[in-house]
Amino acid sequence: MVDQEVEVREAEAPYMRPILPVTHSETSLPGLKMGAVTAADPADEGSVLELKDLNVFYGNFQALKDINMSIGRHRITAIIGPSGCGKSTLIRCLNRMNDLIPSFRAQGEVLFEQQNLYSRDIDPVEVRQRIGMVFQKPNPFPKSIYDNVAFGVRINGIKGKMDEIVEKSLRAAALWDEVKDKLSQSALALSGGQQQRLCIARAIAVEPEIILMDEPCSALDPIATLRIEELMRELVSTYTIVIVTHNMQQAARVSDFTAVMMMSEERAGEMVEFGDTREIFTNPKDRRTEDYITGRFG
Amino acid sequence: MTVEAAGGPPNASQITRKGFSAQRARELPIYAFLFCCAALSIVTTFGIVIVLFEETYSFFKEVSIVEFLTGTEWTPLFTEKHFGVLPLLNATMFMAVGAMFIALPFGLASAIYLSEYAPQTVRSIVKPILEILAGIPTVVYGYFALQFISPEIVQFIFGSDTSIFNAMAASIAMGIMILPLVSSLSEDAMRAVPRSLREGAYGLGANRFEVATRVVFPAALSGIVAASILAISRAVGETMIVALVAGQIPNFSWNPLEAMAAMTAYIVQVSLGETPRGTIEYSTIFAIGSMLFVTTLVLNILAQWLLARFREEYE
Amino acid sequence: MSTQTLAYDTAGRNAYRRVWARLFHTVFLCATLFGIVALAVLLITVGLDGLGRVSWDFINGYPSRFAERAGIKSALFGTFWLMGMTAMIAVPIGVGAAIYLEEFAARNWLTKIIETNINNLAGVPSIIYGLLGLAIFVRVMGLDRSVLAGALTMALLILPIIIVAAREGLRSVPPSIREAALAVGATPWQTVRFQVLPPAMPMILTGVILALSRAIGETAPLIIIGALAFVAFVPDGPLSSFTVLPIQIYNWTSRPQPEFAQTAAAGIVVLLAVLLSMNAVAVILRNYFERKRKW
Repeated sequence: MVDQEVEVREAEAPYMRPILPVTHSETSLPGLKMGAVTAADPADEGSVLELKDLNVFYGNFQALKDINMSIGRHRITAIIGPSGCGKSTLIRCLNRMNDLIPSFRAQGEVLFEQQNLYSRDIDPVEVRQRIGMVFQKPNPFPKSIYDNVAFGVRINGIKGKMDEIVEKSLRAAALWDEVKDKLSQSALALSGGQQQRLCIARAIAVEPEIILMDEPCSALDPIATLRIEELMRELVSTYTIVIVTHNMQQAARVSDFTAVMMMSEERAGEMVEFGDTREIFTNPKDRRTEDYITGRFG
Repeated sequence: MTVEAAGGPPNASQITRKGFSAQRARELPIYAFLFCCAALSIVTTFGIVIVLFEETYSFFKEVSIVEFLTGTEWTPLFTEKHFGVLPLLNATMFMAVGAMFIALPFGLASAIYLSEYAPQTVRSIVKPILEILAGIPTVVYGYFALQFISPEIVQFIFGSDTSIFNAMAASIAMGIMILPLVSSLSEDAMRAVPRSLREGAYGLGANRFEVATRVVFPAALSGIVAASILAISRAVGETMIVALVAGQIPNFSWNPLEAMAAMTAYIVQVSLGETPRGTIEYSTIFAIGSMLFVTTLVLNILAQWLLARFREEYE
Repeated sequence: MSTQTLAYDTAGRNAYRRVWARLFHTVFLCATLFGIVALAVLLITVGLDGLGRVSWDFINGYPSRFAERAGIKSALFGTFWLMGMTAMIAVPIGVGAAIYLEEFAARNWLTKIIETNINNLAGVPSIIYGLLGLAIFVRVMGLDRSVLAGALTMALLILPIIIVAAREGLRSVPPSIREAALAVGATPWQTVRFQVLPPAMPMILTGVILALSRAIGETAPLIIIGALAFVAFVPDGPLSSFTVLPIQIYNWTSRPQPEFAQTAAAGIVVLLAVLLSMNAVAVILRNYFERKRKW
């Protein structure tokens, strides 16, 4: 599996070069150099999601331009960049949430287990069953805590004792101890941080392979943010996580790989650099990355 | 981490192809049903058009269009039949315009008051009251017109030898009925005028009255005109008031103190009797109905076009 | 021009402007009061004429040739039958159409046509629906002058109102709820069925009640399809013939004898009472759920 992956990456390298000239020198190809990976599982498990020449349009406006990246299995990949650069658009492409926007159009490929998520015969519903998402603002259903977690399980017809699944998911989201006595209370009564962890539990309950997080901490206070970050490090042993954040420290703290996005002159989002997080933050190859992470703009 | 991957996320499993997803297949009839619900509106429209024009067609096989549109006598229920629609059409339009003499000044003035002058507390009291006025069934207005407006107002002013059935009473009642429509739609239009316009005028030293009449009113004009057209359309289609208080006599006249049968009143008159299908009387109500339908449709489309233009300007 | 003259002129002109502004403030206020006064006069007229006539015998009595003996039992029951059946037909269809248009419809020409068409149908005079009902339900489908024919006609009449109200209800549910449901792999229908419709339901219900309260006062279409004025029995099924309150009121009003005018007024009192209680229920529902709503 790993070897095969390497070959795929090598084969791609040539046409990626013009866009990412520096990053994709052989040494910093993501998903390959397991040595660079921080505290995660030492066994490199290859990439689970591959983006190839992804271009996204809203009507005539190009929102994303020639995005290429691969998401390592059981790794946290962070997407950072100034606001408006298309981070959210990109992450929403990964489980076809953008389908809800009528003028949305995607070109190129998003390969999940070798299947292009945007090919005609793919059912976006099933994509979302296997690639879950946590949103910027906590968005629990206006129902009980229990029902929030159970909803996805019920509709997906997952077998098993519901009570156990709910408990397991809430435990996994580090929320169980806080809510175990009030499962039937409204989820809207929880604090913002608890709501967001409930949303994570809800995503976990349907056992996705990937969890996408779109600025999951932007509406939370620092302590709640820290809880979520710790939680992400725990979850990554079981799941693959992609997180969009505008907070560079957060990316540095939690992620294994980092993609830096910028807005091009035509206002389309581009990926300027993608690689090992430590590399990006200590030794950025691209001038724009350096400017951004040192706070010179953005 | 204990999500022991119940069966494990099946890594190798392919995402099923669209057509084979059982859940989706089961849902197909639901989407089809929902679409049919929405499409029923189109069926309804077609139904109306077909029903109206089928009978109208058979009507015009017996009566010439020229006579229908230019004749000034309408006596299809008598032995000597005349099929000139002008008396009915005239009565309908005459009374609708008469209603606007009440609804327009009072409706617009109260719209200006509510939008530009009224404090929040007054608005929150007055608006629900106007809504109640709009919610009163038209048959109640008919009763009110016949039992109060006609004897206590019209006959009081113009003398008791005036017929109790008269166009003026109908117009006044219809005017009160459509007043809330004019006032609330116009108020919406005026409130949609951006603050910056008002502030610009106040900045030049204009007072509230000048801002309301010279800035807000002209800016909202297309919305106000649309509201008025909708109100006229409502008055044209109004049935119970004219049937009760304007009388059943086809009367080609512009004297508001006379009785005159409107188009809708005629349809009611025929419907109350026994008119078997296939008779010319049965066809007449559909011919009149077509006329009514086309008139109100044109008015509504005009109003919607104006409203769309208004929205483009400010929203 | 000296500054003194200018100052003098401005002051004079401003005083003149102020007088006009005050005058019209009063004019506008009076015009607003006109509607309120009209409503008050109407209610007082009806109340004076009719309140004395309202009694249990009136509510529980059948129509009669004698004004003092006439009652509205059959009309009241007819109204309830008609409204119940109208709701059963119009609510599922109206809510279904709203769901389709609000949640699923692609933004294409067909959707646009349907939406424009619904707008236009809302403006079609009710008497035209009566003609449609007469030709289709009464004659072609052979339902005759039954409650069912009336309910079908009324359902078509209030569909546009219900659709608009239901769409508003659906729109009040924030998009983040839909995203949340879709993100755990719900199909669009499951999303609507389990997460959008339940919180939207109170608002939809409010709209439905208001739409029905419009229908309850409708007279013209029912006269056209031939609902009878003199019915001395309570409907016993969907195919029974029937009368309703507004038709009874119309019939009594159109009679020359003044005693029948009183009977009509009493009927109006009952009709307005029914209407008022429906509106009150709608308002209470709306306020209750608006307070409960958290987003």
